[in-house]
Amino acid sequence: MDFRIDGPCPGDAIKAAMVTEDVLTQHNLTESEYQKIVAILKREPTMTELGIFSVMWSEHCSYKSSRVHLRRLPTKGPAVLQGPGENAGIIDIGDGLAVAFKIESHNHPSFIEPFQGAATGVGGILRDIFTMGARPIAAMNSLRFGPLDKQQNKRILEGVVGGIAFYGNCFGVPTVGGEIYFADCYSQNPLVNAFALGIFEKDKIFYGRARGVGNPVIYVGAKTGRDGIHGATMASAGFGEDAGAKRPNVQIGDPFMEKLLLEACLEAMQKGLIVGIQDMGAAGLTCSSCEMGARAGTGVELDLDRVPQRETGMSAYEIMLSESQERMLLVAEKDKEKEVFEVFHKWGLDVVTVGRVTSDGFLRVRHQDKVVAEIPNGALADGAPVYERRLLPPKSTLSSRLDDHSFLDGCEPTLIETFFSENSDWNKLLKLAVACPNICSRRWVWQQYDHMVQSNTIFGPGSDAAAIRVKGTKKALALTLDGPAYRVARNPREGAKMAVAEACRNIVCSGGSPIAATNCLNFGNPEHPEVMWQFSEVVDGMAEACSFFGTPITGGNVSFYNETFGGDIYPTPVIGMVGLIEDISFVTRSSFRNSGDSIVLIEPVMRHVGKLDLEDERAVQNLVSSAIRDRLVESAHDLSEGGLAVALAECCYSNIERGAIGAEVTIPSHLELRKDLFGEFSTRVLLSTRNVAELQRRAERMGLKFHDLGKVGGKRLILNYESVHVVDIDITELESAWSEGLPKLLS
Amino acid sequence: MKFGVVIFPGSNCEQDCYYTIQSVLQQPVEYIWHQDTTVKGFDAVVLPGGFAYGDYLRTGALAKFSPVMRAVADFAKKGGIVIGICNGFQILTEAGMLPGALLRNVGLKYLCKFEYLRTETVDTPFTNLMTKGQLLHIPIGHGEGNFFADSETLKRIEDQDQVVFRYADAHGHVTPEANPNGSLNNIAGIVNDQRNVLGMMPHPDRAYESILGSADGRWIFESMVHALVTR
Repeated sequence: MDFRIDGPCPGDAIKAAMVTEDVLTQHNLTESEYQKIVAILKREPTMTELGIFSVMWSEHCSYKSSRVHLRRLPTKGPAVLQGPGENAGIIDIGDGLAVAFKIESHNHPSFIEPFQGAATGVGGILRDIFTMGARPIAAMNSLRFGPLDKQQNKRILEGVVGGIAFYGNCFGVPTVGGEIYFADCYSQNPLVNAFALGIFEKDKIFYGRARGVGNPVIYVGAKTGRDGIHGATMASAGFGEDAGAKRPNVQIGDPFMEKLLLEACLEAMQKGLIVGIQDMGAAGLTCSSCEMGARAGTGVELDLDRVPQRETGMSAYEIMLSESQERMLLVAEKDKEKEVFEVFHKWGLDVVTVGRVTSDGFLRVRHQDKVVAEIPNGALADGAPVYERRLLPPKSTLSSRLDDHSFLDGCEPTLIETFFSENSDWNKLLKLAVACPNICSRRWVWQQYDHMVQSNTIFGPGSDAAAIRVKGTKKALALTLDGPAYRVARNPREGAKMAVAEACRNIVCSGGSPIAATNCLNFGNPEHPEVMWQFSEVVDGMAEACSFFGTPITGGNVSFYNETFGGDIYPTPVIGMVGLIEDISFVTRSSFRNSGDSIVLIEPVMRHVGKLDLEDERAVQNLVSSAIRDRLVESAHDLSEGGLAVALAECCYSNIERGAIGAEVTIPSHLELRKDLFGEFSTRVLLSTRNVAELQRRAERMGLKFHDLGKVGGKRLILNYESVHVVDIDITELESAWSEGLPKLLS
Repeated sequence: MKFGVVIFPGSNCEQDCYYTIQSVLQQPVEYIWHQDTTVKGFDAVVLPGGFAYGDYLRTGALAKFSPVMRAVADFAKKGGIVIGICNGFQILTEAGMLPGALLRNVGLKYLCKFEYLRTETVDTPFTNLMTKGQLLHIPIGHGEGNFFADSETLKRIEDQDQVVFRYADAHGHVTPEANPNGSLNNIAGIVNDQRNVLGMMPHPDRAYESILGSADGRWIFESMVHALVTR
């Protein structure tokens, strides 16, 4: 290569931009932030520099409103190899293996252009994983939409699901789980949170560090275009009437290109050619170059004329801020440049040396023989202002539909009213409940996702947690996403604890032990003190529960400004929990398995609604976990939306192992039917077993309540209460109501 | 005996096929790069699933021009055993090595789910260990698996016993309800008239172990091994 660096340019060659108030507004920068920029540079910035600062200091990239709070989250633990601050968190799973995982939001783009917005959300998180050297083996997603009676919400859902399928299926990662909720507040602001997990040998981790002065900085992958410019800035503001005009800010995804990039990057890593590597995600070339320099304490010089470009006449500003997808920046050893080129050429990819690592700590950018930016890396990557924004508890929180009980949160209000009318027809109510938007089957969605590629999926979508075997070992991973928005909206602190507890419970019910978590914190406008209060409460609740369960947060993402026309969404934290199933034989399904098995309900002595007792939660989880290990459990299902009645129905539906199976259950007469069937109390688990006596003995020894409810068998779900069949319904009929729920809403 | 698994840019099931052959069948297997111009030394060739060339233009439409495809065609002409799974089936039809075409699914959605396949003929190197009518529980994962052929071709395929698998219900009945994608005559897999090239949309490479939901895919791979051993 004839690439050559001429040495730093004198400051006077840099032409300052005419910065007016309008220019600052367009860049989402405040006057005081601007002054800080001037102080760092010791001069007025160029237009390119202003653009660079605006994306790096955007809320999305800098976490300027959340940083002070995020420090309270536990991030360390015996299994944690890498906590927050890198592209993804990493945990040790034994056998010399590690997994890298993270969740990230792509909410704003998905509202403007649902298909591409969601697709590139998946693409972005996959790059975060393989940039560390891990091969992605599982993806999940957590989605929130407005109610489907509005045409626009249908269009958004179909677009988002189509985009996720398009990207994940082509790339070849199984989409093994996720969750979807509907509520009004997401009508103008859908949420798309994408999770990915990859696996690798734990001594082969790669970091985004530009080490080794003089080493080449190499650009690989897709060409740079004008798409996605200011994507990060867009994600750091709310939407008004001009939302549609922001469509060009959304990136376009090419999963085929990403698949080639994956294989080429892993091959180059295997061959020991790479010193440091980072994907170009939010804030593109800017973010990858300055962060890699900052982490290594080095400088990076870039010559933009060498950057492969898709369009002609792109300015330095545009090249630096483009968020074109499927691009990576890597640093190689000086003498390995040729070999790197060979690998990427083999995969038919662009590979160009665009700069060098320097010793002076500056990000220096040249374009058409002029220095257009010269900024200290450290100040850019880590020097963003940190705001301690005002917190104020809101005057009113979302109240429960019943004063002290939570009932079918996701159902239509009319259905809830029916519940409290006289002479309820319980068969009909149950059928309505299983078909309502927040309870009905998501099969229509996940059948569109390839959830089996790579042939590790023991069980995928539709279970409490997904179970993925780890080839070459006897282990499996259990993965789940949980974000109970209604509960968080009612009480952010308790709701956040419940999210963590439910995630752990899902892992435990699948036969695993929770190890570590990633979080995606979706909130409204942080400049609203009520939103910041919610945020702070959620962080505290999450910190408390994660510390209690020993599941550190190894990374994640904050998405603020989820507001449209001034209306904030519910505080919506989503927890992505990773658990380890030590032996594949512990893998436990949520569905009933055998006729004649006993059905038991385990719960704490004191019932809680809308809050959580951590000690109780631990007791229930310990019981389930030890019972599974001792082979006492045939199936285990966590009680969630819709309470006991819905959980029983879910255990009966058909699955790939067997057809629909019935159950006959008696609700003890000292319980209150309505509350007991549909109440959403915390910390309850439904098990099926062949050894009631032993389970009962253990539950009582642990001070837990134990109800022997009945037996699996037949083809009907029968619920008895005070000697009356209050529910008596054919499972196939119930199952079709449940599985038809979503397609009906979409038709 | 050596299996070869072709990697096109965008293939994504090559590792599943490789793993099935190596770890489950315990047979020798190697990858074949799409730029290779020969498949010499291989006894069976697998075209795996995925999205070769991103499925851009049309599924399989670009992959058929990969240099390796000429070698695979020669190999097949000389009687070599070739199996194309999912995207591999699409490539084989585009390359003219199998009749018919695969259109977008009725319903226009990608579908990933388990299906029952009824084995229609055991007179192939892919089904020789099975019994006619045997049901296999094997998943599909495709957006373009709707088998189509003009009526004359379809008649020929049927008359010459080239239909290997049909989508069926759990009782083995071939019904419209059991047809996930609109394929003519519920066709899930066919062989060429020489009977040594199989194309099938379902993935036996995802059903080789009971923890994955089914081990029925092994019947197909083990039949191939049997065919090679007894040849």
